Amino acid sequence: MSLQNFKSVFPKTDIYYFAILAVVIVVIMPLSMDIFRLNLVGKYLTYAFVALGLVLCWGYGGILSLGQGVFFGLGGYCMAMFLKLEASDPESTKIQSTPGIPDFMDWNQITELPWFWEPFYNLPFALIAVLVVPTIFAYIVGVAMFKRRVGGVYFAIITQALASILTILIIGQQGYTGGVNGITDLRTLLGWDIRTDSAKYILYFVNAGLLFTCLVIAQVVRKSKLGRLLVAMRDQEDRVRFSGYDVSNFKIFIFCLGAAFAAIGGAMFTLQVGFMSPSFVGIVPSIEMVIFCAVGGRLSIFGAVYGTLLVNWAKTTFSESFPELWLFAMGALFIAVVMAFPNGLAGIYKTHAQPFIKKIPKLIKELAEPRAHVKSGAQ
Amino acid sequence: MIFQKSISRVFKLTAIAGLALGMNSTFAEVNTTGLAVTDDTVTVGILHSVTGTMAISETGSVQAEKLAIKQINEMGGVLGRQIEYIQEDGASDWPTFAEKSKKLLVNDKVAAVFGCWTSASRKAVLPVFEQYNGMLYYPTFYEGLEQSPNVIYTGQEATQQILAGIDWVAKEKDAKTFYLLGSDYIWPRTSNKIARKHIEKLGLKVVGEEYYPLGHTQFNSVINKIKLKKPDVIYAIVVGGSNVAFYKQLKAAGIDLTDDKYTLLTISVTEDEILGIGGENIEGAYAAMKYFQSLDNPNNKSFVEAFKEEYGEDIVIGDVTQAAYLGPWLWKAAVEKAGSFDIDKVRAASPGIELTTAPEGYVKVHENHHLWSKTRIGLAKRDGQYDVIYETEGLMEPDPFPKGYQ
Amino acid sequence: MFSDYSSTELISIFAMQGFAGLILFSVFVLMALGLAIIFGQMGVINMAHGEFMILGAYVTFLISNLFADFMPAIFSIYFFIAMIVAFFVCGAVGAFVEWSIIRHLYRRPLDTLLATWGLSLILQQLYRTVFGAREVGVTIPDWMMGSIPLTDIIEIPLNGVFVMCLTLIITLAVYFLMFKSRFGGQVRAVVQNRPMAGAVGINTEKVDRITFALGCGIAGIAGSAFTMIGSTGPTSGQLYIVDTFLVVVFGGAASLLGTIASAFTISQAQSTMEFFLSGSMSKVLTLLTVVIILMIRPQGLFALKLRK
Repeated sequence: MSLQNFKSVFPKTDIYYFAILAVVIVVIMPLSMDIFRLNLVGKYLTYAFVALGLVLCWGYGGILSLGQGVFFGLGGYCMAMFLKLEASDPESTKIQSTPGIPDFMDWNQITELPWFWEPFYNLPFALIAVLVVPTIFAYIVGVAMFKRRVGGVYFAIITQALASILTILIIGQQGYTGGVNGITDLRTLLGWDIRTDSAKYILYFVNAGLLFTCLVIAQVVRKSKLGRLLVAMRDQEDRVRFSGYDVSNFKIFIFCLGAAFAAIGGAMFTLQVGFMSPSFVGIVPSIEMVIFCAVGGRLSIFGAVYGTLLVNWAKTTFSESFPELWLFAMGALFIAVVMAFPNGLAGIYKTHAQPFIKKIPKLIKELAEPRAHVKSGAQ
Repeated sequence: MIFQKSISRVFKLTAIAGLALGMNSTFAEVNTTGLAVTDDTVTVGILHSVTGTMAISETGSVQAEKLAIKQINEMGGVLGRQIEYIQEDGASDWPTFAEKSKKLLVNDKVAAVFGCWTSASRKAVLPVFEQYNGMLYYPTFYEGLEQSPNVIYTGQEATQQILAGIDWVAKEKDAKTFYLLGSDYIWPRTSNKIARKHIEKLGLKVVGEEYYPLGHTQFNSVINKIKLKKPDVIYAIVVGGSNVAFYKQLKAAGIDLTDDKYTLLTISVTEDEILGIGGENIEGAYAAMKYFQSLDNPNNKSFVEAFKEEYGEDIVIGDVTQAAYLGPWLWKAAVEKAGSFDIDKVRAASPGIELTTAPEGYVKVHENHHLWSKTRIGLAKRDGQYDVIYETEGLMEPDPFPKGYQ
Repeated sequence: MFSDYSSTELISIFAMQGFAGLILFSVFVLMALGLAIIFGQMGVINMAHGEFMILGAYVTFLISNLFADFMPAIFSIYFFIAMIVAFFVCGAVGAFVEWSIIRHLYRRPLDTLLATWGLSLILQQLYRTVFGAREVGVTIPDWMMGSIPLTDIIEIPLNGVFVMCLTLIITLAVYFLMFKSRFGGQVRAVVQNRPMAGAVGINTEKVDRITFALGCGIAGIAGSAFTMIGSTGPTSGQLYIVDTFLVVVFGGAASLLGTIASAFTISQAQSTMEFFLSGSMSKVLTLLTVVIILMIRPQGLFALKLRK
């Protein structure tokens, strides 16, 4: 990438935003919080992956998916399957009737590891699966829908139905999936205990690193021709199509990218929280993730991160002190964001804070050179 | 600094307390691990869903635990300390349960936690309790297959509830065929598995087994199947909102449970659920559990009285509510036996703890952290209460890993 | 799978399953009608539809208590009054919601989805605060809970018959209102071309408000009727939302006939599968089939115009 290119993808202000976010996540949070709170932040940041994907799909592409939980869940489950197999070695499962398989399988009279679990003994395979399985799934859904020009509300409702189907399926096939309890009691990653405080610190920083990687990818996409095409498609799909572009391929790509982001988030969630359950796959978490994105600002990749942190922080605080009021507050937040601040935090920042910040250098200048100011005033 | 100071204060105080109580060791320490214990208070946690879909079920448990804590405080507290509680909302969301339990143990350093309701929430908090060495008192009847050193299970595990119930219908109702039905998750499935094994051991027959997603509201198809197969016993483990739909539709389809032709045995409907189902819709069904509000003994009388005084005349008390009420009392007994709030000592002291004041009668903590308890059969009445028509002679032994039933 | 049963039993199976399917069909139509009006005619995605239904159920609960306390003599007919009150209460709340929230969002259909989701959270908590977290038991008059035995096995549940009749009446009423009345003409005119409709003197704002209120009112009636077969709790409404939307979308959004056809297809498929498969699997298969068909034929069964 030449310098010119680099500058067009990362304009100066965006570099500042990256730097500020990096300072907040990598320096301020770890220094100001104990490991318990930091682990919570780490958990919230895994949702930020989903919100980031939604910024691209929804904010830029105009595709609202209400089933991002599906991809978050698939990624999380792939990771959890590996960790569960490692936690179910014959030694620690010797009280089972079939040692060496995950405990929930034993409870469901499964005496042999199902074939699709086998490859998950292998960490590289599991890591690839984390990315590939949700992406392929997104690709299939995307091809089926976008090639037939299903969009908008229909797409939202169908993805919602998919989330519901997958939840019922996971709960119903509990011998293979752990059912409603999910896959729990995950302990080590290649012998490294992920439950210790030091592991949590490391995972937090790994998570932050991955998030920044995804942010950079999102920034590149956003600033590329693809990003501009997406916006054009969102606003006037037919015109883009008539200009000779194959609209559906762009949509499929961006949807797959969003799914891959969500899957990374899911895998990091599993690692940091220590379990995965169908309650992240369903409709409610999927819609909540849309809200994180909307609160942050659907057009802002940084907004997605801040929005996620803010809503989750509010949720934890509110539900600790006023559990009764929490749903009222959350509901009101939804409505307020949609009605009054359609561009979320990023929008508020742009209209109120940014003009003020832009003035600061000028103000400093004016303070430093009062005479020049008078002069220009006289003119 | 402050930390050390409070430790040394506690130290002195306990030494005095130890002397005063005439203990052998003048160094009887009530708290060596930095739990939230002061000279005159001890903090515990209550962790249930106040919001979300499970709030329906968990409200009763919260009320019972608060009542027990209040009564213990009125009696002078535990080791001379008043119990204070921190209540957290699990919001019917399993990771939230894990998050809040970690907060209670790590930040608040509570001496014990009373909470959780669904198996999923318990499975989510279990690693947290084991890692940070906390103590959880879990009130719900559940599927078994678990025995954690960090949990005391005050409800019944599956075999306690199931075996006695099936023996009873087989004998009293001369039942030969069973239709097993449940919501689709681990507890009904595991329970039905145990039920099926037991039914087959008795030489009887299972003619159907069926599961519906949680929250399912259309049961006409399965009711038709039941009508065709004409089982002697419908064995139903339907939960939550589905329950209401199931019993209403059963009645509407002409399966009148008050009629001798049909016998329905459930292990999932307590008096709490009948509030939603409506007594007229479930009248005549049998339930197998360890506690019913109508249980006739002096302990229960005063318990029901106190509960109604606290929460109003119309309140009903179900099996889990009573089990939740046992939690603080069992903990108090264990702490006093150990002479310390230390988790390890409380755990060591727990097996063998007896409670003669339990509303359900006499209970005793087993080596495996479950309770010895009686199982009873109740007949649902129109007013939403059960008539207790049978109880096992002795206490049922808890057996979370039943041999031959897995 | 048929070998287990004798031929008379088989006939009974089909008769009963057909009937069960019909009940399910009526339930689906009742759930979806209100939504079909709001979504199909206005393009608004009302995620709080389930909560409006539960509002109707709570109204029924209150009225049944009122009758039991003050007018026990005519308790057996309270249900009809409850349904009418439920219609107007939900309609009024709907009109208020339209005025305060929805009307600002007509150009942003996806945003109505988020706003009404927020509304559904608020309503849920409101129910929880007012009525408690537990489900309430609505007492149904005894005459509605019985059944008519036809043969040994076949019995016709009265509440099923009641729901079917109710569905029929409401569907007819909606049909006349939408296609035979002046108001219906105005609604359809607004749907097809808002500026033109306004230009010829139709008060489009008023039409919007009444349409939304009507949809919510029908949801209220549905909720009221469902107290016979389902539960009434703060979160019960969420159970209905996926099914309802799928019925509407599968039918083709702007077509009431499509909604009815799709409700029929889905309900028959589901109830037949439920008989031969386990409950969970049949649910998954039904949803999956619907989704796959929608991928092949995105405009739904009956479409006016859709491709964009």
